[in-house]
Amino acid sequence: MAKFKNKEKKEVGAVSTASLPDIVFMLLFFFMVVTVMREQELKVKIERPYASELTRLEKKHLVDYINIGPPMSPEVYGTEPRMQLDDDFATVEDIPAWIEQNREKVLEQEVPKMTTSLKVDEGTKMGIISAVKQKLRESNALKINYSTRKRDRTE
Amino acid sequence: MSRRKLPEVDAGSMADIAFLLLIFFLVTTTMDSDEGILRQLPPPVPEDQDIPDVKQRNVYVVLVNAQDRLLVEDEPMDIENLKDGAKEFLIANGVFRDLGDKENFPIRTWVRRSDVQEKIDEYETYIANAEDDTQRDNYRKALEKWQDKMTAIEIAGEYKELPGSALISMQNDKGTTYDTYIQVQNELESAVNELRDELSMRLFGITYNQLEEKAKSTESGSEWEKRLYAVRTVHPQRISEAEPRNVGSY
Repeated sequence: MAKFKNKEKKEVGAVSTASLPDIVFMLLFFFMVVTVMREQELKVKIERPYASELTRLEKKHLVDYINIGPPMSPEVYGTEPRMQLDDDFATVEDIPAWIEQNREKVLEQEVPKMTTSLKVDEGTKMGIISAVKQKLRESNALKINYSTRKRDRTE
Repeated sequence: MSRRKLPEVDAGSMADIAFLLLIFFLVTTTMDSDEGILRQLPPPVPEDQDIPDVKQRNVYVVLVNAQDRLLVEDEPMDIENLKDGAKEFLIANGVFRDLGDKENFPIRTWVRRSDVQEKIDEYETYIANAEDDTQRDNYRKALEKWQDKMTAIEIAGEYKELPGSALISMQNDKGTTYDTYIQVQNELESAVNELRDELSMRLFGITYNQLEEKAKSTESGSEWEKRLYAVRTVHPQRISEAEPRNVGSY
């Protein structure tokens, strides 16, 4: 009998997978916390330009986005760049009301820190962007950000 | 009576469930952190207001037309040369040394310690004798400017400052492509940032970006924050978002 026992002891036991759920849960929680559900469905195509002198936008709840680019479905909306506020196409005239609406969502003392981020397709002409900027000035939303992708500084 | 034991629940499928959820969140996660070029728009001006006269030598005019070509100070220019051009405009007449007077570039004037101290004392007496709160606030704002200059002198030494009206002005056409607009803005900004980099490297041995990070990670009023403001005071960012208008849309 003793012989048999010795033989059994030599076998290497399987690696325990009991801690696997723990590891997976940890990853799960990480992703649950960092996940931001896409707030809006983009109806315009945006290829942002590249730039090197960037500032990161913090305090996301103080940032509102204006999207400008050619529509995703040109057969319905044509190929001319259009502007999208929240979920719908809009015109420049809608901006002051939109800004007012956004201001109501934040605390009063935070209003001066609000930033409007312009996500614009790189092929867009400046005409529409200048019009947007003029409207932003009129509604006193003076902090803006030109959203870009990162590249190295030119030599 | 024998007590019936509850059967143990099999936890083996727990991992599968967790995996399923994990994959769901992996797919839906968008880690889009937004970054870009920050700008402050000028406040709206009433239509009847006069545009102040600015000396031509104090303005660096960059025009971009509908064909995305650049006209800088009345000369055509490639975008590759824009950064060096802007840097020359900013430091042509010296920052820490006298380099003589280059025509057509802004005249930098010396900021002397004694003058700044005099101004600080002056405003402090104004504040002490101010009649009401609004007046006091105005004096205080002016005083802060001079105190910033004093900090800059203490950290970087006496320097020559740009005249208050000196600025880089960019104007674009309605037909200019957004990409070109951003590239021009970016080059102008990098001109200022490179000057700040040089100064920061010389004084503290780190780049301007690192300096910003350090100032951010320490509490307000710290030594690093003072250093950051000193660098910014010596090399101010003067890029103006000009009123849109059509330049040469031919």
